[in-house]
Amino acid sequence: MYKTDIRGKLIDGDKSLTQISQDILAPIDAKTPTWWYIAMAVSLMMFAWGARSIYVTLTVGIGSWGQNNTVAWGWEIINFVWWIGIGHAGTAFSIFLLILRQKWRSSINRAAEAMTVAAVICAALFPLIHMGRSWLFFWVFPYPNTRGPLWVNFNSPLFWDFVAVSTYLLISASFWYFGMVPDFATIRDTTKSKIKRAVYGFFAFGWTGSSKEWLRYEGLAFVLGGIAAVLVVSVHSIVSTDFAAGIEPGWHSTIFPPFFVVGAIFSGFAMVLTLVTLMKKLYKMDDFITANHVDAVCRILVFISLIMGTAYITEIFIAWYSGSEYEVFTFFRNRITGEYAYQFWFMFIFNALLPQLFWSKKVRHNIWIVFAISICINIGMWLERYIIIVTSLTKDFLPANWAEYHPTMVEIGFYVGTIGMFSAAVLLFFKYIPQIAIHEVKMISKYNTQQFDHLKPGHHDYE
Amino acid sequence: MKTYWRSIEELNNPKELRREEVREEAKQKSMLLKGDQELNASSRRDFLKTFGFSIAAASIIASCKRPVDKAIPYLMKPDEVTPGIADYYSTSYFEGNEYGSILVKVRDGRPIKIEGNTISSVSQGGTSARIQASVLNLYDDARYTGPSKKGNKITWEDADKEIKLLLDSMHSNRDKVVLLTSTIISPSTHEAIREFVEKQANTEWIQYDPVSASGLLQANQVSFGAKIIPDYRFEKAKVVVSFGADFLGTWLSTVEYTKSYTAGRQLQDGRKEMLRHYQFESGMSLSGSNADVRFPIKPSEEGAILLALYNAIAKAKGGMVLPGVQSSIDISDLAKDLLENEKQSIVISGSNDVNIQLLVNGINQLLGNYGQTIRLENPLLIKQGIDQDIDRLLSEMKSGKVKALFVWNANPVYDHPKGNKFGAEIRKLGLSVSFSEYPDETTAACQYILPESNYLESWNDFEPKAGIFSLAQPVIAPIFDSRQPQVSLLKWVGKEINYRDYLQNYWKENQFHQQKEISDFKQFWNMKLQGGVFETQLESKLNYSPDGIKQAASRIKSAGSGIEMALYESIAIGNGKYANNPWLQELPDPVAKISWDNFAAVPVAYAEANGLKNEDVIRVNGMELPVFVQPGQAKDTISVALGYGREIAGKVGDHTGKNLYPFVGEEDGNRKYFISAAKVDKVPDKTYNLAISQTHYSMEGRSIVSETTLNEYIKNPVSGNEREVEDLAKAVTLYKEPVYNGHHWGMAIDLNSCTGCGNCAIACQAENNIQVIGKEQVRNRRIMHWLRIDRYYSENPENPKVSFQPVMCQHCGNAPCENVCPVEATPHSEEGLNQIAYNRCVGTKYCMNNCPYRVRRFNWFQYVKNEKFDFASNSDLGRMVLNPDVTVRSRGVVEKCSMCVQRIQEKKQLAKLEGRPIAEGEIKTACAQSCPGNAIVFGDLLNPESRISKLFKDKRNYHLLEELHTLPSVGYLTKVRNTNA
Repeated sequence: MYKTDIRGKLIDGDKSLTQISQDILAPIDAKTPTWWYIAMAVSLMMFAWGARSIYVTLTVGIGSWGQNNTVAWGWEIINFVWWIGIGHAGTAFSIFLLILRQKWRSSINRAAEAMTVAAVICAALFPLIHMGRSWLFFWVFPYPNTRGPLWVNFNSPLFWDFVAVSTYLLISASFWYFGMVPDFATIRDTTKSKIKRAVYGFFAFGWTGSSKEWLRYEGLAFVLGGIAAVLVVSVHSIVSTDFAAGIEPGWHSTIFPPFFVVGAIFSGFAMVLTLVTLMKKLYKMDDFITANHVDAVCRILVFISLIMGTAYITEIFIAWYSGSEYEVFTFFRNRITGEYAYQFWFMFIFNALLPQLFWSKKVRHNIWIVFAISICINIGMWLERYIIIVTSLTKDFLPANWAEYHPTMVEIGFYVGTIGMFSAAVLLFFKYIPQIAIHEVKMISKYNTQQFDHLKPGHHDYE
Repeated sequence: MKTYWRSIEELNNPKELRREEVREEAKQKSMLLKGDQELNASSRRDFLKTFGFSIAAASIIASCKRPVDKAIPYLMKPDEVTPGIADYYSTSYFEGNEYGSILVKVRDGRPIKIEGNTISSVSQGGTSARIQASVLNLYDDARYTGPSKKGNKITWEDADKEIKLLLDSMHSNRDKVVLLTSTIISPSTHEAIREFVEKQANTEWIQYDPVSASGLLQANQVSFGAKIIPDYRFEKAKVVVSFGADFLGTWLSTVEYTKSYTAGRQLQDGRKEMLRHYQFESGMSLSGSNADVRFPIKPSEEGAILLALYNAIAKAKGGMVLPGVQSSIDISDLAKDLLENEKQSIVISGSNDVNIQLLVNGINQLLGNYGQTIRLENPLLIKQGIDQDIDRLLSEMKSGKVKALFVWNANPVYDHPKGNKFGAEIRKLGLSVSFSEYPDETTAACQYILPESNYLESWNDFEPKAGIFSLAQPVIAPIFDSRQPQVSLLKWVGKEINYRDYLQNYWKENQFHQQKEISDFKQFWNMKLQGGVFETQLESKLNYSPDGIKQAASRIKSAGSGIEMALYESIAIGNGKYANNPWLQELPDPVAKISWDNFAAVPVAYAEANGLKNEDVIRVNGMELPVFVQPGQAKDTISVALGYGREIAGKVGDHTGKNLYPFVGEEDGNRKYFISAAKVDKVPDKTYNLAISQTHYSMEGRSIVSETTLNEYIKNPVSGNEREVEDLAKAVTLYKEPVYNGHHWGMAIDLNSCTGCGNCAIACQAENNIQVIGKEQVRNRRIMHWLRIDRYYSENPENPKVSFQPVMCQHCGNAPCENVCPVEATPHSEEGLNQIAYNRCVGTKYCMNNCPYRVRRFNWFQYVKNEKFDFASNSDLGRMVLNPDVTVRSRGVVEKCSMCVQRIQEKKQLAKLEGRPIAEGEIKTACAQSCPGNAIVFGDLLNPESRISKLFKDKRNYHLLEELHTLPSVGYLTKVRNTNA
């Protein structure tokens, strides 16, 4: 085992294993707080607006949105990419930190994975609904059919997009769910409510905790984790080819796949931070999610933020270096200056400059500043997608086609609806699912505590 | 047969075992429901069942059958109708003072498309947007379905009886009866009216044109002794000077003028000379935007400039200089240019002021243009109305002298400056009859409405120019209970005859003898009916007399002060007669690119000084008008189009824009189409949405419309096109370029011949079932036109250079749209066409983003059979215009120019059946067929002899955005300006 002295204790409070189970399961058994109902009501109202917007879109047509002949993609693709980016956090956390043997991940990975699933579902809604004839979405599946058979276009990034997102959703949902099975069994075994016992028992798949089950469980986790690790990189690379394979100025760029993957992880980690600070404050999970956790995520964000800044500057440099008048126009007269300069500079400040504050330990340990910056990064990342899509499309090659794009209330409603859906899902997660992986936390709970230090193989003190 | 068994129990008592098994299963299920933990594992099966059921249900729902539409075949098929095969009939169009000899495509008994008739010397195979769109008027929901009296239905017999009775009593009282028509150029109708006027006592026939050529006619009466409009031959001219006459857009015979103007300017096949065009005008008209040299002036300045021009030329020719007001503009260069091109120039004016027209005549006479570029043998007859006549009618109605009024093809209540008074007087009459096909402001005031048949349902003949005749035949039986007014008029004076016989008799007696080639009338008739035209040579005995020119010069007023508002006819809507035609309402104005409204075009400097921007509202003499900042608008002027603001036109035309006819002034008895010293103020905090379909004016320094000047071009044919040469030299690609065997369809567009008139956009709309989407959606930049005309300005915004560029799908050999479609709905054909399989499209719109030309259109809504888009395709009648060869696109799919693939396939099939290769020029796309500028050439690029191959080798040829290496199949030929005055 690695040296954990740098990080200090992973779990505060010197809890017994029973104590851990009780603490984590407390929100499930406790009386639901009032704020939960209020938050849920607000989320559901937002969701209802979203549902209505989808209904309008499906019955009236995409014309209820603000797109036009020049700007054929708008908020829906911005939001799609944004949500998919957020959806990268869970897997990035679980897998990358697993591979890097960062045991501190155990307190957060459950929440991050839950967020991933909710975010990817939100994301998947957008490309589905934005199709002119979304009821024929299954034509994007490559399957033998009676229409010829007609096959899909394997050259199209959209096809791979579809494949990548659906695979990612499937794998991350499975990974998340199977990770919860032992915890569901814990609830089943400890709860006094019959209904809960039946429901959690159903989801626990008859888990008994036998060593054979643990063996299979570990095996499955490795397999799914291995697949997901690749997907984290591939999904957003493929999403980026939606743009990079396009001919539009500002899109047609080889930097896009790594740029998008890093951006996605950036926004995902920011969202994890938002969520984790909420968990800390609302459910008093301070013992499990310590200041060190927040600190670690902040350090990662500083690093990614530097990559983001480099990417932005590289894009601008390459636009100038390419000598293409269209690229130069897009970057120099429609992004860093011009109609969309505000959006560009807000994006740049939020994503590349503001996270630099995390260099300071004081900032990293002020939970409110951390929370505010995490929100700013989420806004900044949304603006990044806005900049890419709207500035390139509104003013491209032939000035006669230049047109403005403004979202309609239906599009805004759709977006707000997915936020409502996401927050409702998170609230349900808070209430009905152990927010922290109990069995994983139990495994690490005794590391770095005094009484066990002498038992660790190869242990030596730094002090 | 052997018995197999699984267990002893089964062998002993198989029935009991089966029962036991079922019992056991039921028990397990009930235990599962109770939540027994050991059996929870079986929920996996439940999951699979649910999953399987959901998939099956989803696939069943997805494969539901669509409703079936049934087509009923003919029980007895008419001989000339073959389902699926179109017939073409020649006929003629004359409405709204616009003439065109046309072919009508009739599919399965329905006229669906208008084509130009190439054998006519007037329209020469060209059409205008209005002619193209006229087929839709046939299927207008607003049309009267039968005769009516004061809003109640009446039979023809009763109507005839009642009117006859009234007419007879008027005849005996010698009450005055007036027949008010628009200009009628039909010789047989003239004859019919003559018979009516002769037999009905005290009857007067008045011809009335809302936008008249009264001044021109009267000036020629003075100069030549006849109320004629001369025959302008632009192709023979080297210099054309127009004073406010939009001869390419709305002034008189625009299709003919566009044909000859572009013939005089085209530089194909090594031609090195072109006419130079000067334009003096206030608003930026279509002609002005094509001019080589344009002078923005106030309308009132025109006279002084003309006088100065006259004097400069007269002085140079040693003639008499006329005293008068001084011009503010130096015209010495222009005078020099004209003098260098004596007998090869044309000076025209759109003014309705007799004095100005007399000066114009004087200038043309000094330059020796008469008999050369301006002919008098076949004068133009399409405008004959004299403004004084209609004003006299109004006063006679007021005084009670006129007792009965028959209105035919005229709508004075709307388009007369005193329309309201006109309406009130008509309501007082003892007998008022309208022959109108559609409801309008005048029919609302009339007692009897005896609807005439649409021109596509009627027999007729026309004489657009003296001695040039054409026939019109019905191409469909009258859809409604309508009757040609000639029949009614003849009937009321006791002549019962069907109009075809009347027409035939008339031609037998008159036209037949004007030729000697055919001796049999039947043969003559059939031949002329088939060809559509009969043209004869006339000689002119008219001679110019300088009478009145001195007086005219003395009457020229000096330019007025203050802001002047110029009134003009818009390209699409014209004088307002067709306001209910949704295709025309949606056609963007070629220059302003605004549809569905008229607007106040204000100069750029004025807008800046007064804080005005597009869509603000100003009040001009009490009328609120939306502002459009128009580059090139003359200082201190505002231009507003007539023809809008109809109140009774139909669901499309009602209340679109504002009616400016009440502002039309009067001077010396003639209409004056501008008002002086207009009071203009901004309406604060008020905006008005305008459907602007192009908002950016500048090319941003990109090489999109390549252009050069004539001198440069003569020196180096590649001039202006250097970019193309550079791009071709630099072009590198990793991929194999497509190889075509057989055909490779392409299109060449000569930007020097394109005037931007918009005919192609409407021709394409009619051919390809393109839907109308309405003002709000056009404003949302969702116009469906497959062919749009981009307009760019360059240089000084006060008087910019204008470039037009028709852009449709470029059918790229290396198309960016094709490889991004996830379902392969847009593949490349072996003949170089970029295709769309509409029913495969799922509507991701990726292709739209990836098309650098932005020619792809998305069906944002369901535009057909949708109450919200109640234009042309929401009724069975309106949908009759649809071309059965072209799919009507549903909501959610992408569409675009197909290069009229249905026409290509049709001719390919024909050639195959006849066992021959496709002839060069046999296939013509809708846009190319009727282009009045001959700017569009379609053909096979693989045929080295084809016209298009030659044009593609022309040094002027370039491809749009060549540097992207999309390998377009559409080429453009650089625009050449003849500016070096």
